[in-house]
Amino acid sequence: MANKLHLETMQINMGPHHPSTHGVCRLILTIDGENIVECVPDIGFLHRSIEKICENRTYAQCIPMMDRFEYVTSMMCNWGFALATEKLTDLVVPERAEYLRVIMGELNRIASHLLCIGVTGLDLGALTPFLYTFREREDILDLFEMTCGQRLTYNYIRIGGVSRDIPPEFFPKCKEFLDKFGEKCDDYEKVLTENPIWIARNRNVGVITEQMVYDYAVSGPSARASGVNFDIRKHDPYSIYDRFDFKVPVFYGGDCYDRYRARMAEMRQSASIVRQALDQMPEGDVRCKVSPKFKPKVGEVYSRVENSRGEMGFHIISDGTVKPFRVRARGGSYNHLLVTPEIVRGLKIADLVAIFASLDIIMPEIDR
Amino acid sequence: MEILELAWIFEWLNENLLVPIVGDGEFGILVRNLILACSVFGLLSLIALCLVWWERKVSAHIQQRFGPMMTGWHGILQTVADAVKLIQKEDIVPALADRKVFFWAPVICFVCAFAAYIVIPFGDGLIVSDLNVGILYIIAITTFTIISLMMAGWGSNNKYALLGGMRSAAQAVSYEVPMALSILGVVMVTGSMSMQEIVKAQSAWYGFHWNIFFQPLGFVIYVIAATAEANRTPFDLPEAEQELVAGFNIEYSGMKFAMFFLAEFVNMFTVSAIATTVFLGGWNGPWLPSWFWFLIKTLGMVFLFMVFRWTYPRLRVDQLMEFAWKVLLPLAFLNILWVGLYEEVFSKW
Repeated sequence: MANKLHLETMQINMGPHHPSTHGVCRLILTIDGENIVECVPDIGFLHRSIEKICENRTYAQCIPMMDRFEYVTSMMCNWGFALATEKLTDLVVPERAEYLRVIMGELNRIASHLLCIGVTGLDLGALTPFLYTFREREDILDLFEMTCGQRLTYNYIRIGGVSRDIPPEFFPKCKEFLDKFGEKCDDYEKVLTENPIWIARNRNVGVITEQMVYDYAVSGPSARASGVNFDIRKHDPYSIYDRFDFKVPVFYGGDCYDRYRARMAEMRQSASIVRQALDQMPEGDVRCKVSPKFKPKVGEVYSRVENSRGEMGFHIISDGTVKPFRVRARGGSYNHLLVTPEIVRGLKIADLVAIFASLDIIMPEIDR
Repeated sequence: MEILELAWIFEWLNENLLVPIVGDGEFGILVRNLILACSVFGLLSLIALCLVWWERKVSAHIQQRFGPMMTGWHGILQTVADAVKLIQKEDIVPALADRKVFFWAPVICFVCAFAAYIVIPFGDGLIVSDLNVGILYIIAITTFTIISLMMAGWGSNNKYALLGGMRSAAQAVSYEVPMALSILGVVMVTGSMSMQEIVKAQSAWYGFHWNIFFQPLGFVIYVIAATAEANRTPFDLPEAEQELVAGFNIEYSGMKFAMFFLAEFVNMFTVSAIATTVFLGGWNGPWLPSWFWFLIKTLGMVFLFMVFRWTYPRLRVDQLMEFAWKVLLPLAFLNILWVGLYEEVFSKW
């Protein structure tokens, strides 16, 4: 009798309703025991054809759609679309509005990174940091609610400015938040950064090399964790980012741990930007006069903003009517999902969860 | 304080109530054992229910929440409400499941979790049966839990459940060894495997002659291995929520799920009770009644396990194995060496 062990690989569906795929992503895994042989992402479960819907709406009506395009950092989506449209129409945004945009954008970046770090903890089985980060996120969402009445889909940054000025009680609340935020960051570091189990789970897991960053167009904190010093705010400044003094944190490991540290460092920089913006903010109008049914020039424009997940670009083709001819959006998560099968090969299922969380992939950005 | 010891109440009840009615023949013994079993079962179910509530409260306060507040005083009836809900749930069996295995898995898990309490001394004289191989019996019976987890994993006919079941098997095999070796140190000192003997051997120094002072390493190894044994974070791989969704109990619902859930908490109480008995002097202690000391120490251990769960991330499966075989096992041998040296050299001075 042939006494040979018959080994088989097993196919397993991770998703579309799996707790750690952050939305409705389906990963078709071929596993050998606990080891992943192959991982094939299957996307499209959240497709809402936002780009197509935009073709049937006026430019101003497109902004609420952009909230849904990537709902964790809606401010930045609003901003990206507004920026592209303003480029098409040569609108001049009032000074105060620019400062408000920066404040809201950076607060939104902090909120998004807090979500990412908390959820990474949750995915690795540390349930408590999640609640801690959400405590601070709550404060930020309160600030947003105070400003525009919404906590998730803000519709705040409009074409030609922002929808309304901030209320007077915003300043003390925001200052108070910034003052304690540094301490809270230290708390997270205490719970996570030096925890030996955390390090064991993240260090040298899912290494993205510098070459892979170029090959797959990885961007944002994930690229900066792999030693690529590129931040659109610094190297292709939009709005008024050239007026602020901030560093671009770069790490060289390329693993989950460095991606986590890059986000941690970036939050502190964002807090410093908000502080500077609050100090420098001038008085004045928050919105320039623009008709709701304005007609931009015929032409084509691409503009990009640094989102918390990477480069977020908007490509708009205008045929001179009130509606855009074509809108195309680019989010960082799509490229991050593409690189995942490459770096996950040969690792364990638990590592896939860690990688997925550390790349901060969220599905609405991919499916649009 | 003598009056607060519970043992005499049972003896009085036995002599004045049971013996006159059922006699002390074979039938009498049967009735008495049944009553004992029921009382232990009732007590532990109550403890498990309280632990569920307590864990929620501990986790909530660690996470700056309140936890359940609406049902009764600080939500103390929350677990009762949960139990009522679970009883009402439909009992779903997957179409392709191995029905017999699927049915028996929670039953075995439940029974084994409770069977360990036959030899746990709750207080001076409060023990169901003082077996002379008590500690060996506990190690054997708690290992049975793993078989039930594997059965659940296999019988569910679900790939995630299967992975969870396999993980639990691998984990149990790895962590049984250092756990047994860490207890071996105590058995060497005591010279007996009976739980009561182990407790009595620690009664010097006004009840503070605890084994933990002489074998701190053994205690640490036991606590780590016990965390793995009770499937709790950072070793809760069999039911890793974020990777395997719920692991072995993914297909279970209603009362069957409740049985797994309850067994988990009873197991946590078991490992705490063993730690108390073996390392922390059991029911020994001054002034207070013995069962009270036992309860304080055991609940303290339970609290420690709860804090572990809500503050640590989870290990990966290969790291878990490495830790058991490359770190804990050599340390356990070192502990035995130390105990032997201590017994032979230092204690004779």
